[in-house]
Amino acid sequence: MAPAMNMVRRVQTWLFILLLVSSAAMGVVLWQLREHAHKRLLAGQDTAPTQAPEISPEERATLLVANDADSSLLPQELTLPLPQDMGSRARVILGKLLDLYALPGATHPVPGGAASIGQVFLLPAVSLNGPLPTVAPAARNPGSGPGSGARGAPSAANPAAAKNARTVAPEGGPQLAVVNLTSAFAAAHPSGIEAETLTVLSICGTLHANLPRVTQVRFLVDGQPRATLAGHADLTRTYLAADAAPSSEAHP
Amino acid sequence: MSVSLAIRSVRIQVLAALLLSPAFLPAQRPVPTPPPAPKPAIPAPAPRFVVVLDAAHGGDEAGGKFGSLAEKDLTLALEVRLRSLLAARGIAVVTTRESDATVTPERRAEIANHAGAQACLSLHATQTGSGVHMFVSSLAPQDPARIAAWKTAQSAWVTRSLALEGLLNSALLQAGMNVTLGRTALPSLDSMICPAIAVEFAPESAQKDQKPAVQLDDPDYQARLAEALVAGLLAWRAEERQQWPQP
Repeated sequence: MAPAMNMVRRVQTWLFILLLVSSAAMGVVLWQLREHAHKRLLAGQDTAPTQAPEISPEERATLLVANDADSSLLPQELTLPLPQDMGSRARVILGKLLDLYALPGATHPVPGGAASIGQVFLLPAVSLNGPLPTVAPAARNPGSGPGSGARGAPSAANPAAAKNARTVAPEGGPQLAVVNLTSAFAAAHPSGIEAETLTVLSICGTLHANLPRVTQVRFLVDGQPRATLAGHADLTRTYLAADAAPSSEAHP
Repeated sequence: MSVSLAIRSVRIQVLAALLLSPAFLPAQRPVPTPPPAPKPAIPAPAPRFVVVLDAAHGGDEAGGKFGSLAEKDLTLALEVRLRSLLAARGIAVVTTRESDATVTPERRAEIANHAGAQACLSLHATQTGSGVHMFVSSLAPQDPARIAAWKTAQSAWVTRSLALEGLLNSALLQAGMNVTLGRTALPSLDSMICPAIAVEFAPESAQKDQKPAVQLDDPDYQARLAEALVAGLLAWRAEERQQWPQP
């Protein structure tokens, strides 16, 4: 009986040792497989630049800078590196405009800066059936400051646009710019009709001054339509950019 | 016998018909009908001049917050002042809210449109800028249509809104206030079918680029503003009556 029991115990011992060795071997194999997979992932996510970064040439840009003191939009010329892609160029220019507003002592203080512009998409403009709001800027009383008179007058462009119901502009024709703002920018924007209208106008005018094909502007906030910027200015509308643009001297 | 009786009765009937015919009746003078009695002179009722006052924001939506002040409270305070002054001058007033209640822009426009008002003022307050900012819808003027699109209904009224803005501007300037005029896209304003103006008041400074001398909650400032707006609305009422005189 005893030799039989010894025999069983020996077999159990050998079996245990065999299982232990097998487990260790499988552990080693798994470790090696994990290392291989990790190396493959690292190889796929290699973010090292394959090309030297392109330095965009410096170009002149016109910003329409708002002034809360007299509700005016004044053209200001700057030289800054601008990318060749039109959408990126619009984003850089608007970023610069919002950087000015974020500076201490700005004439139209709005926190956020360039990071407030998510993206700018450029699409062929669509003529809508119905009156569009013109974006004639706020004007001082006649004789009391710049920007009065015709700027406050209604646009004559709308009736013509209304005749062509939902007509897509041909290639090389007018463009619609869709400006995607961040929700942080909208949340921090000062509340008020004048302040919000000036922000919208300066964005529309700056786009048109630098990209003359942009005739219409729409706004999104974090990729979604939003009723108002900060409780007042309507962001669900398509704005006509041309009326907010400076006159010819600002865009030679 | 019976035949002769029948002939006789026929003759009598013919004779009676001839005698009773108008040719045999004596001529009668036509009876003159009395002239209609002159109606008592009741003066035609004066056209009802209605002003809609829309105190912006309210309830959950506070609007701008300026330290301890909230835009919704400032607009309601100005609305109450204006309502009293207008009512004292016999002008019917319809308000979009009388308390700290949430009213959607659509509801505000509905109230204004049902009132059939001759002037609609949307009242706002802000900390930026100086003096009073007045805005008319930035929609392009269009001819009135039988069915107006909700979001652009104001386009048929823009011309009259601009005329009302001119009168209010004159009244405010006469009161020595600093005024800025402009155009904007404001959701409730764009849906109103009446001469509609957004009036936004800011702290008042004596000169441009100076620190404000008068704050938003100054009761004298609000009273001066309300008086000037009422003067402008009275001038608008006079102009409206001149343009559409009652018979």
